[in-house]
Amino acid sequence: MKFFISLILTALVSFALGFYMSWWSVAIAAFVVAALIRQTPGKSWLAGFLGVFLLWAIIAWWIDVQNQNILSQKIARLIPLGGSTFLLILVTAFIGALVAGFGALTGSYLRK
Amino acid sequence: MRIIPFLVSAVITVALIIVLNQRLTIGDATLPPMGKFLSPQHGFWQNAEPVDAQLSLEFNFPGLKNKVDVFFDDRMVPHVFAQEDQDLYFVQGYLHARFRLWQMEFQTHAAAGRLAEIVGPGPNDNILNNDRNMRRLGMVHGARRALREIENDPDTKMMLDAYTAGVNAYIEQMTNADLPLEYRLLDYKPERWNNLKTALFLKYMSFDLTGYEEDIEHTNLQQILSKEEFETLFPLAHDSLSPIIPKGTPFPPATRQVRPPANADSVYFQWKKDIETVSVWPVNKPDKDNGSNNWAVDGSKTQSGRPILCNDPHLGLNLPALWYEMQLHSPTHNTYGVSFPGAPGIIIGFNDSCAWGVTNASRDVKDYYRISFKDETKKEYWFNGAWKASELHYDTIKIRGAAPLIDTVAYTIFGPVQYDNSFKGYKGRERTGENMNLAVRWQAHEPSNELKTFYLLNRANNYNDYLEAIRHFTCPAQNFVFASKNNQVAIWQQGVFPAKWKMQGDFVMPGEDSTYIWQDTIPQAENPHILSPTRGYVSSANQLPADTTYPYYLGGSYNVYRGVMINRRLDQMFNITPKDMQQLQMENYNVMAETILPVLVRNVDEEELDADELKYFNIVRRWNLRNDPKEQGATIFRIWLDSLAHEIWADELSAARGPIVYPELATLVEALKRDSAFSFIDNIKTPGQESLAMVATAAFKKAAREVENLDRGGLLDWSRYKGTGIRHLLQLEPLSRYNLVTGGGEHIVNATKKWHGPSWRMVVHLTDETEAYGVYPGGQSGNPGSKYYDNFVDDWAAGKYNTLWVMRPDQANDKRILYKMTFSK
Repeated sequence: MKFFISLILTALVSFALGFYMSWWSVAIAAFVVAALIRQTPGKSWLAGFLGVFLLWAIIAWWIDVQNQNILSQKIARLIPLGGSTFLLILVTAFIGALVAGFGALTGSYLRK
Repeated sequence: MRIIPFLVSAVITVALIIVLNQRLTIGDATLPPMGKFLSPQHGFWQNAEPVDAQLSLEFNFPGLKNKVDVFFDDRMVPHVFAQEDQDLYFVQGYLHARFRLWQMEFQTHAAAGRLAEIVGPGPNDNILNNDRNMRRLGMVHGARRALREIENDPDTKMMLDAYTAGVNAYIEQMTNADLPLEYRLLDYKPERWNNLKTALFLKYMSFDLTGYEEDIEHTNLQQILSKEEFETLFPLAHDSLSPIIPKGTPFPPATRQVRPPANADSVYFQWKKDIETVSVWPVNKPDKDNGSNNWAVDGSKTQSGRPILCNDPHLGLNLPALWYEMQLHSPTHNTYGVSFPGAPGIIIGFNDSCAWGVTNASRDVKDYYRISFKDETKKEYWFNGAWKASELHYDTIKIRGAAPLIDTVAYTIFGPVQYDNSFKGYKGRERTGENMNLAVRWQAHEPSNELKTFYLLNRANNYNDYLEAIRHFTCPAQNFVFASKNNQVAIWQQGVFPAKWKMQGDFVMPGEDSTYIWQDTIPQAENPHILSPTRGYVSSANQLPADTTYPYYLGGSYNVYRGVMINRRLDQMFNITPKDMQQLQMENYNVMAETILPVLVRNVDEEELDADELKYFNIVRRWNLRNDPKEQGATIFRIWLDSLAHEIWADELSAARGPIVYPELATLVEALKRDSAFSFIDNIKTPGQESLAMVATAAFKKAAREVENLDRGGLLDWSRYKGTGIRHLLQLEPLSRYNLVTGGGEHIVNATKKWHGPSWRMVVHLTDETEAYGVYPGGQSGNPGSKYYDNFVDDWAAGKYNTLWVMRPDQANDKRILYKMTFSK
């Protein structure tokens, strides 16, 4: 239960901070949530990682649907990911998740 | 707290953020800052516009005097209704910025030689060299002088100040989500706009349209050619020429007399002498086919009895597109057409009384002078028998990822010394002579106010207004075509032209005294022009403006066959409709092939051809002379002609040292048509005497090898061989549109080449309620994430046109309107 709460909370705080701060505010969100909700470092990491992974994947996917893949197909050839929108969303989510995961880990060690 | 794991984990987090917040170079590729770029709330995803985005918005800007309504139609063309001219240009600036900000800034950075600042020095310093070239050519110098003129005129000052304020109003209001994609890719931010940037953009057009000359190459050809040979290979007038001013039109005698310097024959014309090689390889020459077609037919030629005006400017085909379509409406005027993002007003278009269009005059207004410096410091140069002080300009060039470069440019009485021992043109080609310093004299350095022309043309009611408007246009000289609802059609070749003695500036000139300086200027009234001729039409296609009876020297670089075809068709056509005019703009008939193919075919010795060669020979022999997309004969003809040109010129001309050029294909074609014993046919490197038959056959056999390779790759169809594409300004393939199916090509009315062609096609029927059509290869939005980024491209390639809707103020509820933006105080 704690795990899901931290996951959801990480996503929500990240989303909110995103309106005011730079992209790396996901690390701060994950750090704060992990510091407040005591879990093992491993679980904290995963909650931070998955929280932002889902957040970024869902936002990217939603934007992409409304845009009818016009831009994602182009960027997925520039990056290059063979023009795959699916891969691009995956890479997007992974990058954010990675940063958030380590932010959460740091927060978790603060409490230990 | 576990201090060690905490610190390790904190360091990893911070390191990840730092790495993902900056650009990464992997091999040749530079990736944008991945975290910043990919974040859905901050990065490129913000540029992915919802396809059904609702843009109806209201803005308040204290700079406005009154309310302005902007209606966007279903093609995203804004129809701007303002109560004050000043507000009109403010909103135009705002809209340009909103839809095209990145390209506006990028193009002006290119003009100012500031690209290395954004993208780095480039492979082999090629970006940096381009930047140095633009600066050393005096682009910024010219733009500053132009800006002074623009700001001295109250009308253009009002126009430009309001425009700049509008651009900056957008930049100030912009959020991170609005940042155009290219800024994110390259990781930089826009600057504020200023009036100089617009002047730089206009100067860029001068560069594009008058930056081409062959002075260095022609000088090197003097090493090996006699005067007669040079005049044969580089003639001004070709036999087929159909000039802008019809042959036989009388010209009054010249009011200005110029004479060649007394020593020209011994110093300037050094025919077949072992003169010092000019081993400067020019950097970044504009495409010599930067040109256009325009024509206007009067009521005697049309079905409606009303004039029709047409224009298609041929320029580099880029995304975001060079043009932005708009309607500008105020109490003083109502004008529709295309504008340059980066400049106020409508550049090509029409209003309620008349229409206008432009083609390039293609005359040579850029000359080089050889300068002798006293020493390395370049502080003094030899002039009129004494050392004269030069003005040294120190130019700091910022380079991304490297220390800035300080470039020293000496300004002489002629202009800036573009090439000297610190700038040798192409990197990698070392200059030989230490004393090869070339100063450039260019009409674009002179103060001028071209904006005034557009300000007045936008408001012109009749021929006299048009005359008054174009009078202000000095460079790049254009053929301004005009038609009015009262059935007048006219064309003026307008610009400021130096009055030159014959061949002045065709070669690098001595810069040691004042005798070679441009002596005088041709009075504007003596520029070639014609008003409502009896033949019922006026036209231009970058050909020589007049035949040799024109009393001034007309050095330049001209097209021949597009003009021939346009005039031939217009002579034959009656009861013309706008549809006929669209078809003429899309005409793919190849007059060059018509002129020379029968001669070549007749001369091929079929006995010499093997089965494959014969197959291709039969294709080109039976070809219908049209460069339609599927025609294979067009491809074979083109490769054959290039092969023939090499066969004919290489033996003689390759003896010259330094950069040279071959004669124009048109010159070869006309020479062979006139004289099958043309002396250059013989290969001087063989003992025997080659005939046209031998050379044509040999050239065909060589061409056939390339043709066979193309055929195997399925690339023999003309459109596949040509491979027309619209390139993103950063030349990024995913943001471009490659391999379009198009016909036409060089020397053809539909002048669509690989990366170059009709950048806007317009047909205006001047009926009581104007009927107009147009299309450009791009879309109204500069955002690759918008469905309006490239939505005109397919129609453009297929030769389809959009109907241009001149909206009336009472049509605010029309079905074609998608959004409305309101701007108030």
